[in-house]
Amino acid sequence: MSLGLNGISVRYGAVEAVSEVDLAVGGGEVVALLGPSGCGKSTLLRAVAGLLTPAAGSVTWDGEDLAGTPPHRRGFGLVFQDGQLFPHRDVAGNVAFGLRMRGVPQDERAERVARLLELVGLAGYQRRRVTELSGGEQQRVALARALAPRPRLLLLDEPLSALDRALREALADDLARLLREARATALVVTHDHDEAFTLADRVAVMRSGRVRQVGPPARVWRAPVDVETARFLGCGVVLDPEPARRLVGVAHRVGLRATALRVDPDGPFEAEVLTRAHRRDHVRSLVRVAGFEGEFEAVAPVSAPPEPGDRVRLAVDADGVAVIGGG
Amino acid sequence: MAFPGAGLRSGWTLAALLPIAFLGVFFAWPVAAIVGLGFAEGGVWRALTEPGTWGLVGFTLGQAAGATALALLAGLPVAFLLARCRVRGAGVVRAAVMVPFVLPTVVVGLAFRALWPDGGVLPIVLANAFFNVAVVARTVGGLWARVDRRAEDAARALGASRTRAFTSVVLPALAPAIGSAASVVFLFCATSFGVVLVLGGARYRTLETEIYLRTVELFDLSGAAALSLLQFAAVVAVLLLGGAARRKRERALPLRVEPTRRPVGGEWAAVVAAWLVVGALLVPVVGLVVRSLATADGWSLAGYRALAGTGERGTLAVSGWQAALNSVRVATDATLVALVVGVLSAVVLVGLRRRGSWLGEVLDTALMLPLGVSAVTVGFGYLVTMDALPGDFRTSPLLVPLAQALVVTPLVVRIVLPVLRAVDERLRQAAASLGASPWRVWREVDLPLAARSLVAAAGFGFVVALGEFGATSFLARPDAPTLPVVIARLMGRPGELNSQLAYAACALLMVVTTVAVLLIERLRVPAGGEF
Repeated sequence: MSLGLNGISVRYGAVEAVSEVDLAVGGGEVVALLGPSGCGKSTLLRAVAGLLTPAAGSVTWDGEDLAGTPPHRRGFGLVFQDGQLFPHRDVAGNVAFGLRMRGVPQDERAERVARLLELVGLAGYQRRRVTELSGGEQQRVALARALAPRPRLLLLDEPLSALDRALREALADDLARLLREARATALVVTHDHDEAFTLADRVAVMRSGRVRQVGPPARVWRAPVDVETARFLGCGVVLDPEPARRLVGVAHRVGLRATALRVDPDGPFEAEVLTRAHRRDHVRSLVRVAGFEGEFEAVAPVSAPPEPGDRVRLAVDADGVAVIGGG
Repeated sequence: MAFPGAGLRSGWTLAALLPIAFLGVFFAWPVAAIVGLGFAEGGVWRALTEPGTWGLVGFTLGQAAGATALALLAGLPVAFLLARCRVRGAGVVRAAVMVPFVLPTVVVGLAFRALWPDGGVLPIVLANAFFNVAVVARTVGGLWARVDRRAEDAARALGASRTRAFTSVVLPALAPAIGSAASVVFLFCATSFGVVLVLGGARYRTLETEIYLRTVELFDLSGAAALSLLQFAAVVAVLLLGGAARRKRERALPLRVEPTRRPVGGEWAAVVAAWLVVGALLVPVVGLVVRSLATADGWSLAGYRALAGTGERGTLAVSGWQAALNSVRVATDATLVALVVGVLSAVVLVGLRRRGSWLGEVLDTALMLPLGVSAVTVGFGYLVTMDALPGDFRTSPLLVPLAQALVVTPLVVRIVLPVLRAVDERLRQAAASLGASPWRVWREVDLPLAARSLVAAAGFGFVVALGEFGATSFLARPDAPTLPVVIARLMGRPGELNSQLAYAACALLMVVTTVAVLLIERLRVPAGGEF
């Protein structure tokens, strides 16, 4: 019950979109392919689905090479960013599609459709037209449709990206619960680290067609493998070992997220505020810290925002510090 | 991008083979035979050096240019109304413009002869334009509906007058569609046969009618072949130009359709112009009906009653109703053949395009060729080649349906292809990931989504086959003529009853055509036939 990618490369003409990717997904495991747009993660997903043929390497299931297996015989469910529901079928017709393809009898089909709609929180939606559903509902139907034939592997291509933020966060939690309950083996493509960390047991960070780092979300978050990965994961400032030792007490190259420095009257560092921007639940400032070169990001509570030009004191929050290459 | 599955690839090859074989045997071969014939006896050089030939070429191109300009002028306000305006009766306009396009050429010729009994250049140009207003309105309107209004608004906000915004922003955006429409219309007008034959007689001849007259009346086969060759060269040139414009447009076409709104200010002038065009289009139609009822002795149904007979002094081999029945039979067969070949071609074209294969472009253009190459050339080519096929094909009852199918197939492709291309590839991939084989994907996804366009294609194909005259007039056996052939024969014979019968038969064809168009319009196929 496991997927293996062995040295996969995919070419579009002269461009190599995916280069020598090795990755394994175990039974019941959810792995996220995380990377900026254009890094090759969706291409890799399509190679796994069998929708395009790798220039080199192999996709295996339980060690068996799938090169000769067309997409419709792989038993891999696929969910797209924007649902891609069949517009000429109602909700039940969409969810039952894969069951019909497998020749499941009618009454069994209806039962399974009802179960799945309940699972995704759309009980009783069977006869609704898919064109009348909201974006979030369409995505739930797409998920139910993909899960209905009990795929050996679920492939999710940016499953939540087309939704607005509030809905995306709510649905990410739902999706995480669903994947656990269904004990699904899944490969999720996303460019959003919140999403990846919510859904996945392991995260594979991709850049320029290569997998740069694989590991549990917390590990990847705390110890990105290189500077670019750290920057992609939200570290706006990278410090060399010497200043890092003085600022955060780690004699190693570190990446600082905005939350690493916090405005605190009792803090040990003195700084000058340069700019101020309001975010959802905090205020973010660019600051110049006395004794250090360059500009840093710092956060302050919304209730007491500093003005540009103010002199403030800063404290370090270890949660915002990532040790680069120190995993 | 490579796709897995060698079995799949051989399936594609097979699917591509049938349209190619059909085009090869029933189009390329006959046309090639004509080309060969033209060269064989030195006919080409003789024809090229004859001063009369260049007069013919001049008149052919001149009347086509005039008709094209007129069709553009009349079609643009209609395109504007259909694409941009929310006014009452837009549906009526849409249908009223479409009816002339599918009317049999003989019927249109006769309708204009009812207004200009002596024929002449003006009615020829008018009649050719009359046909093609729909092509301009639909092709340009299709793009116009997708041209972002905000560019126009931006120009206005920057100080451009309404006219200036139109000429400097809208018109350039429409240029590819106008170019593509103009080339198609020019092609249709340059190869127009029935209209010129009926209205021009022996006095005003184009290449197309000259080919016919030389073959049928003068038996000058090599001269006819030479003229066919000349025409073919011109057609290919125009088609290549139009193809380039069309591809440019397909690349640029955004999916979003701008919402229509009520016209304001000067826009009403365009709306009024569009309605005037529709009114003008109705004149020949009404004139024809009136003429079919008016006899020397006042109003009478004599022409319609005569449909049961064989005309004055037995002009016809069969009765009018038998010819009508024969027409329906032949058109049905032709439609079925065209649907099979056309849909298969569309499926193959979508598949080829998906892989970015250059073969797609070639097949796409090849499929358009029969639309432009004169039906007379093809019919003539059948006469030259088909006896080489087994089973004495030249006298086979399948010959006429096959020739008509050749004319109908490009139409089917143009209607079905845009719909199939609009199906998101990921929808097919989703179906495949759920366990649907490629054949099942086509049945479960493509077919239901294209169903309406298939019905529309069948309907349009049927009426076009019903009215096809150029190839049919060559190939129909004397004992099994179609209605347009009967009409042409009746017009060539003296006798009040004969012409009355011809007008009645025309009215009958017109009613059938109109009903079919109205039914198809109700289907609201998005592309509605693009050229």
